[in-house]
Amino acid sequence: MNAGKFTNTLQEESPSIELTGITKTFPGVRALSEVSLKLYPGKVTALVGENGAGKSTVVKVLTGIYQPDAGKILLENKPVKFFTPQIAETNGVTAIHQETVLFDELSVAENIFLGHEPKGRFGLIDRSVMFARSEEILNEIGANIDPKAILKDLGTANKHLVAISRALSIDARVVIMDEPTAALSQKEIDELYDLIETLKSQDKAILFISHKFNEIFRIADFYTVYRDGQMVGAGEIDDVSEPELVKLMVGRDVNQIFPARERKIGERVLEVVGYEHPTEFSEIDFNLRRGEILGFYGLVGAGRSELMQALFGITKTSDGSIKIDGAMASIRSPADAVDNGIVYVPEDRGKQGAIGALPIFQNVTLPSLSKTSQNGFIKLAEEFKLAREYSERLDLRAASLDTDVGNLSGGNQQKVVIAKWLATKPKVIILDEPTKGIDIGSKAAVHEFMAELAAQGLAVIMVSSEIPEIVGMSDRAIVMREGRIVAELSQLEITPESLVSYAAGIREYVT
Amino acid sequence: MRRLIASREALLLLAIAIVLGIIASRFPAFITPTNLASVFNDTSPLILLAIGQMIVILTKCIDLSVAANLALTGMVVSLVNIAIPDMPIIFTMLIAISFGTVLGMFNGVLVWKLDIPPIVVTLGTMTIFRGIIFLLTEGKWVNSHEMSDKFKAFPRADILGMPVLSWIAIIVVILFMIVMSRTKLGRAFYAAGGNPHAATYAGINVGRTQFWAFTISGALAGLTGYLWVSRFAVAYVDVAAGFELTVVAACVIGGVSIMGGIGTVHGALLGALFLGIIANALPVVNISPFWQMAISGSAIIIAVVLNAQANRVKGRIILKRAEQAT
Repeated sequence: MNAGKFTNTLQEESPSIELTGITKTFPGVRALSEVSLKLYPGKVTALVGENGAGKSTVVKVLTGIYQPDAGKILLENKPVKFFTPQIAETNGVTAIHQETVLFDELSVAENIFLGHEPKGRFGLIDRSVMFARSEEILNEIGANIDPKAILKDLGTANKHLVAISRALSIDARVVIMDEPTAALSQKEIDELYDLIETLKSQDKAILFISHKFNEIFRIADFYTVYRDGQMVGAGEIDDVSEPELVKLMVGRDVNQIFPARERKIGERVLEVVGYEHPTEFSEIDFNLRRGEILGFYGLVGAGRSELMQALFGITKTSDGSIKIDGAMASIRSPADAVDNGIVYVPEDRGKQGAIGALPIFQNVTLPSLSKTSQNGFIKLAEEFKLAREYSERLDLRAASLDTDVGNLSGGNQQKVVIAKWLATKPKVIILDEPTKGIDIGSKAAVHEFMAELAAQGLAVIMVSSEIPEIVGMSDRAIVMREGRIVAELSQLEITPESLVSYAAGIREYVT
Repeated sequence: MRRLIASREALLLLAIAIVLGIIASRFPAFITPTNLASVFNDTSPLILLAIGQMIVILTKCIDLSVAANLALTGMVVSLVNIAIPDMPIIFTMLIAISFGTVLGMFNGVLVWKLDIPPIVVTLGTMTIFRGIIFLLTEGKWVNSHEMSDKFKAFPRADILGMPVLSWIAIIVVILFMIVMSRTKLGRAFYAAGGNPHAATYAGINVGRTQFWAFTISGALAGLTGYLWVSRFAVAYVDVAAGFELTVVAACVIGGVSIMGGIGTVHGALLGALFLGIIANALPVVNISPFWQMAISGSAIIIAVVLNAQANRVKGRIILKRAEQAT
């Protein structure tokens, strides 16, 4: 199809909903920068982009959870403002989320009508009307579900159907599906496609967010690509090929400069053989050398964090072994891992990293207390010395080491967490999304620091969803998909295209 | 944050001073050293229990069974005293502490190994403990004349002008100030309650830490059990009924965050003293017991509001950060 046809389509039909010039800024991060999005009645638009491209943010703007700083939302060409999720819903915009947001203890019908229950006499809920209407809607989408069933007794696929019925019950004009197939089997996915066709025939505009290219090409009519909070492309799906779409997703000006470093790769320090987990990952084999930065790339849910938590003794494995410096090691708890020289800097530092109500020095020394104490009593002078040494090494800026960590900025909190782990004098340091949610300046500092650690002979595992970071920092990269290692790339092989292709399953790795 | 807590504890000290000032203006004898010492002595059991409770709350748990533990342990040592009237007091103390420890460990194991919410566990054991007293005694009282003189005299024995009961409270306060600030276990209590996830990652076993908190709370309740029944020279099923709530109130007034992770020994001490002074002073200045409850209640609400405000500032920061991450 040619460009003329494309323009034609746009003129013929006006979009059900249109976003123009939407900007949304969070402290230190511009999540969306003048993006636009158009959804047409009876059409499926696929929204494509890397993790962190702004897809979730735009969904939250569409559903009234976030207020944009600038830009307009046009609903059938009339400007509207979604101050609350309720307003978005009454205007016919509804979202079916990645993890279904429903109420386990309520019945199917109650879930479908929650917030807009049919009212009978005295303003009480008319249950018979509610059940009857639910049955109608469920039949309409071909779902064989009893409206009186309690939601928690349903499977994932049926819960999705309930979520979709809820969308229909409010007479939605715009249906947003955020990775709807993530938890479904192939058969259920096929049923979902049929359902999407039904919705299309009812002239509903559908926004379809997925990482899976085969789905996008099967179901979508239009595509829109976001990258780093900006819209970088849009058009008809028939006019674009998979490689072109990948290129739009990742092709960027490298605006981040990564530290140049001398690579001194030493002997093997960690060897993982046949690591297995009942549900999260399987057949994991890899090794790591001194002075090496090993990047782990994959889509969200590929099992990277779970694997790292297993290495650190938080998640139990069902099989496999681990060698450190050539000797078998048994890691059953985080304390074992720290004793064996493995430390883990988790992704969510607010939740898993620092203890806000404790002062800096107590946070820094928390995992090393055995070293600074005797018979269970802490030697305060030694504790303070250790804390001071590592805080200075990380250039931690705070009025005093007695300041509570909760009062520090995000970047400084990150430093506290890293200082805490370095103070244990580890051999292997696992950094899970080390620069997620921090500003560019702090990012550069973290990268420089990572290079410095490697130069000092530490083995670094860097789990990251940011492609430039993997490309710019890794000596070697492992790509995971659906709990398995699908590619191991040497430094020369690490390119944005190869990472995305392996992670999304477009390309198979051949050794 | 720390400064805010410090100021809250300073605030509490100020509140105590104001209350004392008001009472002194109407009844000057109240603030003589002798009387204040006697108020402290009266408050000692509350101080002991509040320290144990503070540690439990620090780890995001609650121990509602302290008063029942106190009553059961008190009854057990009383019965032992009837059986062996001449037993040296040191053994009575050891029995009381060990028995209370075992009861506390029972709570701790249920919370740790079976993962049952602490409020449910201790609500259950609270009833069970009092039930056991009934089974042991069929509801009969152990009265003053059945207890040996040595048994009754010990808490009142005078050392350097103060009764042993007060000295025990002072020693326990100092002991736990050291434990909380200078030991790995003390640090683990703060870490486990302040951020269980981060504590786990730092190699701290959160469940086991909670178990130790309940164990300490139980040990202190057991010790207090002996001191209580010997001081009042009576043991029965309903000893200290409802006292667990006063203990929790002392902690809350003392700035212990019910969400865990924040609290100090001196905060719990001040909270207990505040309630102790109110309880002792109001009857003296002829204010009805209703006002005593109203003042205690208002103090709790004011303390909770202050806590909530401090936490809300923290909450906002977290929210901002969460948004940033998406």
